[in-house]
Amino acid sequence: MADMVTLKIDQQIVTVPAGTLIVNAARKAGINIPVFCYHPKMEPVGMCRMCLVEVGYPQRDRVTGELVKNEDGTTKISFAPKLETGCTTPVVEGMEVRTTTEKSNEGRKAILEFILTSHPLDCPICDKGGECALQDLTMLHGPGKSRFIYDDKKLFAKHVPLGEMILLDRERCIQCGLCVRFQHEVVDDPVLHFYQRGRSLEIRTYSEPGFDSIFSGNTTDICPVGALTTVDFHFAARPWEMERDPSICAHCAVGCNLIYNIRREAKSGGKTVIKRAMPRQNEFVNELWLCDKGRLGYHYVAAAERLTQPLLRKDEKLVPVSWEEAYQRVEDKLRAEQVRLVTLAGGRLTNEDLFNFHQLNQSQNGKAVLYSQMAGGDLTAQIGLGKGSNFSDMGKGTAILVVASDLHEEAPLWWLRVKQAAQRGAILIVANARPTRLDKFANHVLRYEYGQEAATINALLDGKGKDEFTQAAKAFSEAENGLVIYGSDGLGLNGSEQLVKACAKLLVERGYYGKPNNGLLAVWDKPNIQGAWDMGFHPDRNLKGTLREADVAMIAAADPAGDNPILAQALEETDFVIVFEMFMTETAKMADVVFPVQAQIEREGTYTSGERRVQRFDIVLPHIEGPKSDYQIAAQLGRLMGLSTEDRSPVLVMNKINEKVKGYQEITYSRLAERAEQWPLISRADSYYAGTGYENEYGVGIQISSSADRGEELSLGTLILVEPQEEVATGIKVVPVTALYDRGQLIQPSQILAKRLTPQVLLMHPVLSKKYQLQDGDQIKVKVAGNEIVSGVKLDADVPQDVALVARSNGFPISSPVFVQIQRLVPEPEA
Amino acid sequence: MEKYILLRHRDVPEIDQLDVYKANDGLVAFEKVVKSMQPADVTLEVKNSGLRGRGGAGFPTGIKWGFLPNNSWPHYVVANADESEPGTFKDREIMESNPFQFLEGLMIASYAVQANQAYVYLRGEFWQLAAFLDEKIKDLEVAGYLGEKILGTDYSLKINTHLGAGAYICGEETALLESLEGKLGQPRLRPPFPAAVGLYGKPTLINNVETLTNLPLIIQKGADWYRSFGTEQSPGVKIFSLSGCVNKPGNYELPLGVTYQELIFEHGGGIVNDNKIKAVMSAGASSDVVVADDFCLQTPLAYETCLDRIKAPLGSASIIVLDETVDMAWLVSKTVNFFKHESCGKCTPCREGTFWMDSLTKHMMANESRSEDIDLLRSVALQVQGKCLCALGEFSTMAVVTAVDRFRADFETHVRS
Repeated sequence: MADMVTLKIDQQIVTVPAGTLIVNAARKAGINIPVFCYHPKMEPVGMCRMCLVEVGYPQRDRVTGELVKNEDGTTKISFAPKLETGCTTPVVEGMEVRTTTEKSNEGRKAILEFILTSHPLDCPICDKGGECALQDLTMLHGPGKSRFIYDDKKLFAKHVPLGEMILLDRERCIQCGLCVRFQHEVVDDPVLHFYQRGRSLEIRTYSEPGFDSIFSGNTTDICPVGALTTVDFHFAARPWEMERDPSICAHCAVGCNLIYNIRREAKSGGKTVIKRAMPRQNEFVNELWLCDKGRLGYHYVAAAERLTQPLLRKDEKLVPVSWEEAYQRVEDKLRAEQVRLVTLAGGRLTNEDLFNFHQLNQSQNGKAVLYSQMAGGDLTAQIGLGKGSNFSDMGKGTAILVVASDLHEEAPLWWLRVKQAAQRGAILIVANARPTRLDKFANHVLRYEYGQEAATINALLDGKGKDEFTQAAKAFSEAENGLVIYGSDGLGLNGSEQLVKACAKLLVERGYYGKPNNGLLAVWDKPNIQGAWDMGFHPDRNLKGTLREADVAMIAAADPAGDNPILAQALEETDFVIVFEMFMTETAKMADVVFPVQAQIEREGTYTSGERRVQRFDIVLPHIEGPKSDYQIAAQLGRLMGLSTEDRSPVLVMNKINEKVKGYQEITYSRLAERAEQWPLISRADSYYAGTGYENEYGVGIQISSSADRGEELSLGTLILVEPQEEVATGIKVVPVTALYDRGQLIQPSQILAKRLTPQVLLMHPVLSKKYQLQDGDQIKVKVAGNEIVSGVKLDADVPQDVALVARSNGFPISSPVFVQIQRLVPEPEA
Repeated sequence: MEKYILLRHRDVPEIDQLDVYKANDGLVAFEKVVKSMQPADVTLEVKNSGLRGRGGAGFPTGIKWGFLPNNSWPHYVVANADESEPGTFKDREIMESNPFQFLEGLMIASYAVQANQAYVYLRGEFWQLAAFLDEKIKDLEVAGYLGEKILGTDYSLKINTHLGAGAYICGEETALLESLEGKLGQPRLRPPFPAAVGLYGKPTLINNVETLTNLPLIIQKGADWYRSFGTEQSPGVKIFSLSGCVNKPGNYELPLGVTYQELIFEHGGGIVNDNKIKAVMSAGASSDVVVADDFCLQTPLAYETCLDRIKAPLGSASIIVLDETVDMAWLVSKTVNFFKHESCGKCTPCREGTFWMDSLTKHMMANESRSEDIDLLRSVALQVQGKCLCALGEFSTMAVVTAVDRFRADFETHVRS
């Protein structure tokens, strides 16, 4: 516990930890000191001078060092002759701060008048108008009139593109530097800088593409004026016209809390549409931030090609039918004798969907398969991150091992939080086959060859081998707390299984489980893979065979046929295929019955994040006419089959889940809506303090306990490494890696991200390309498992010399390491 | 009989050549400190001399040296050669003509704080001077006075020059450090002070060129000898950069305590055309404008007397003399324009205040002001005061407020009737 000091702020007695800045001490006491350049997540700089207050220190006798007393026995306070900045001055015992005196008020008024002399006052056409720190503070503290001659205002360029995603209005910029500091200090993308000086100071980006950062949107939240706006929201709506609806980001396993701002508008044909996504504070998950994929990747909702009616195959064609007819057809199929049912579920389904699907599947003795190439959900449920874990609490004494993950691409917010834990003193060990953005912050960087993931972890367990391995092994074993974060860089399901077993063994041997800030964390590629494991779905090493042998396949939130031609072939052999989809995917095209389903934002539900935090999301947009929720359709099918599956509300499904699923006993929708005390204390009402992100009024979710937390006996299975089989193959070994901006179904409709999408290439080392006489930019024909694909070639000296890398969900059908034959395409000579 | 302590090139021709410098007791002091003195003893001698920083603040040099903590290494020493204050041109003459004495001073200071790396931070316009100093540093390296294990001792020192990019603010020591680190030249928050957290986060001593140039003779001849010049509280000699409406502008090395009267009329040859003196500024553009009455002219130019008698700090002792022909509104428009041009833009009051004052004075000079604009100008200046991140913003207001208060009539002439 830090030493506490007691001081007086405006007659209030406040006790806070020593070293707290005046502005934060005041905020804790409910006293708001206005700021512009200060942000509670960054180091103070004291530039804008908005937080000037009167500060008095207890006076001490110069000779004796004793406190000097007034006549009435109180300690004499001597006030500094000048105002001091509350954002840079730490509190000390006995201090007295005055924030509302004439002198303090005059200081504020002065600074506001100064700022406004060079501000365009174009609030009526400014996107920030209505949620602007400068506007709000001017109303509160500013002079009503300016003494500045309006004609002397300096004119600057407006709508300056800093890249294609963020616009800068140079006139509105008040040079607080928050955006520059955020990019440098917080997210380590130092792509914004100040240029020139004085009134000519301007924000510039020198990266290519401009403002090259996956966190760029956050600068528009923390910008205290309308200087930075996303192109997405530029002139899109006024803040007061929009409603707020809380949700959970569905793009990865972090589960960032967000708010969608929606509006019913004429230009969208009278429909209610999402105008933007904003972060919602959850200091256990995403703090105050969002990555740009989460912020800008919501446009799929409005995609026109949504399925709205059940479809049934009649005479080789899918034709619209009534729900009753579709249900009847499925019931008939399921009631046939000895039917071999497979239910294939994707990781963007909610816990409620998955629970109902599992009930239905179980009643028919079906096989519940999770459409995922990562293993270990059973292990994370047992020795996963302990209940009460929070990256923000990690620092000195915690060892974090990140293996086979490019965290920056796979889960940006975890990358950020792991980086910050390392900066606070956590021991960070990064093991990967290639360099990643986390290496820079690591105490130990371990390299291995693709395929050696599990062996690497075993080497750490033995503490033998190369020097850096023994050092890292020692560092990892000597910590107070330890956690392992494993991803899927270059891995398929087999490799993932080997790896996670090795990771589990390491944690168990070191005793890093069953307590907060310890355990195993999987970087799942979908928002609810953990929930799917918990509801009873597991990946299948022989999915092709399983599908081929099935009589009936129910496929929800997965597009195996679109992802992989081999799985498409397998599906052709499946007798009867039922698909639950939003879009007419390749798999849906092959289906016998297609059920149209609602998008995440049109419905309620819960996701279980990678950290096993169950989080609830609400209906954001009214659903379009036609589709239903997956859980409803599954429940209604269940009822037809004689089950008592719940189809009325996800709330009621959750009540069943908490009866039946281990770890979920304490989960109810009302408990998920409980708020928690969070620091910093943010509020939209005074956005000058921490930006325009939303306070969390909707609940922070509940991190469920692991088996180890509950003291249950563990059944981890054999954690012995099976030596990988020597692959006998020719050609180039291609391994799949995850890219943030891939060509997944949910991201493509967001046109604003189009330029940032990962190129469709085989990424290879110059040495390898030379072997095949390839050059950067060449086109090649790739033969993979009987199919031919055309791909580009990109050279990258960071890639290992013996493999080529391909991004998943980017148009190349690859889910695990594979050997391919390639052939250079000679461009047609120009006519 | 040698007349000069700092501007010794005026006594000794070609003292900018190492052999000439050495033949005139050059490097004797440095050799003495590295070979026979403990660093603490060097600091003590400088403390005893009463030498005060010549950059403007007048802080006791030896005490500043003592602030560098001995539990954080390495230490750095930086010579502040950013001399950018309008009306200040003393460091330039020292470096151009008596470079070795300056460098020797820098070497002594480096030894005293046990720094193995020193920098000379020069304003961007001093590029020729930087090349010249590089040659002199090279001469010292060749002669064995710089480099590894100097003169057979365990002490090593390297000196590098570094050019700024032409910003006045980089004379402010924390902005200087930012610039030296390759960043945008903007002042840092203080505390922590550079003595504790300076260049690359390490303890750093920053001294002005003139301050450093005093050191060789203080070491060689002793603190008592040095104290035989100047006043009790401002010992030693000072170079006064005299400019403005005087017959003989230039650098004058004189003991501290010489009066305005003596400097301007005896040494500076009086006012041009025998005009009547109107006002003086003692620290370049960063000065109060002081009415040059008898009381003012009788004020001894020393740190304590300037402050006590005329409430205008001696600063860098860049005396700008203003005679009866000078329009104070014009003067203010010039100084304000300078500060507006040089404001780094980091803090609001300086960035916006200098810009605002500049527009107001521009209107005045174009005779398009109204009477209340004079009060507005003064009010804006007062509104800047006490709110800035560094001293530049505060300095920008000093001439404004004092000139409006003391020479309001000059401003009234610009008011549109």
